[in-house]
Amino acid sequence: MERNFYVDPSRCIGCNACVEACRECDTHVGVSMIHLVEIKRAETVQTTPMVCMHCEEPACQAVCPADAIKRTPDGVVQSSLKPRCIGCTNCVYACPFGVPKYDAQIDQMMKCDMCYDRTSVGKKPMCATVCPSGALFFGTSDEIAERRGHPVNEFVFGNTIVKTKVSIMLPVAGKRLDVRPDAVIRKADLLANSRTLR
Amino acid sequence: MKDRLAADFPVDWLEDQYVSRREFVKFLTLASGGMALASGALAVWSQIPRHRRSFDRQLVARVTEIPVGGWRQFSYPRSEDTCILIRTREGAFAAFSRRCTHLSCPVIWQPQASRLYCPCHEGAFSVEDGHVLQGPPSRSLPQIELSVEDGAVYATGVRRGEV
Repeated sequence: MERNFYVDPSRCIGCNACVEACRECDTHVGVSMIHLVEIKRAETVQTTPMVCMHCEEPACQAVCPADAIKRTPDGVVQSSLKPRCIGCTNCVYACPFGVPKYDAQIDQMMKCDMCYDRTSVGKKPMCATVCPSGALFFGTSDEIAERRGHPVNEFVFGNTIVKTKVSIMLPVAGKRLDVRPDAVIRKADLLANSRTLR
Repeated sequence: MKDRLAADFPVDWLEDQYVSRREFVKFLTLASGGMALASGALAVWSQIPRHRRSFDRQLVARVTEIPVGGWRQFSYPRSEDTCILIRTREGAFAAFSRRCTHLSCPVIWQPQASRLYCPCHEGAFSVEDGHVLQGPPSRSLPQIELSVEDGAVYATGVRRGEV
């Protein structure tokens, strides 16, 4: 059965293990591609890891003027191709999840590629192997069904719906998550406000 | 527009690498057609005579100023193109670029040997048409075309020597 990536922000304890493990990945040795985001740091200790969501229609690819971003048959959107990337950083600004990173030293965009060297041979991504709280989970849909939360992989950004390969775990079941920048969404809000989940 | 863009620049790796038969034949046709046109253009271009160029007429010297066997330096057609005018016989003048075709040393006139001699590497050129007599130069000296009118010598153009 196909294994997939599930991110559960509510489980994240901000330990940075994923950030360090990401550095070990052989597709980008020594450089961490995962984002560990501190949400409203003054108000809460909540953190959330951000890996590449591997969109069905990647915005990073759509804005690339050099045709440097490609998706392999297994649905993984790869880092930019070195011979093509011109280092314009369009993708960095276009990505709705803020995933791509521009490396000025090599003048190239690098991003999370779900540890392609590992997942392509049946291993888990580095971050998912080290996450102590299960915020980063790599497994089958049967395995995730036994866990707390409900996976969502459609996100509403204004008028655009982004479908992704990676899912976010939400406390309430729903088909789509309405992404509102700068809004803090709490579980109670989700239960009360049907607008957030469609 | 969006569909065309997606077709030309697909997101999927396999689609990006795939070359359809139509695309391949199109490439073959355009590439071979381009090469055929280019070789035709090269053939036409090689037929254009380029060994002789005319420039503005320039007074070099009065006939009486140079004795038989004597010479004078002048610049033609640009001020940095130094040339040598030689009165080889009574009524006969010859002019060449002074720049040796080997490594650009200025050549000097040797009346006793009736040749233009380059002292740097012992190259020598004929005073008749500038062809190489000896030494490392492989190309003839460019010859300056002259016309003698009313007792004055004018330079009118440059003839490149045979390779």
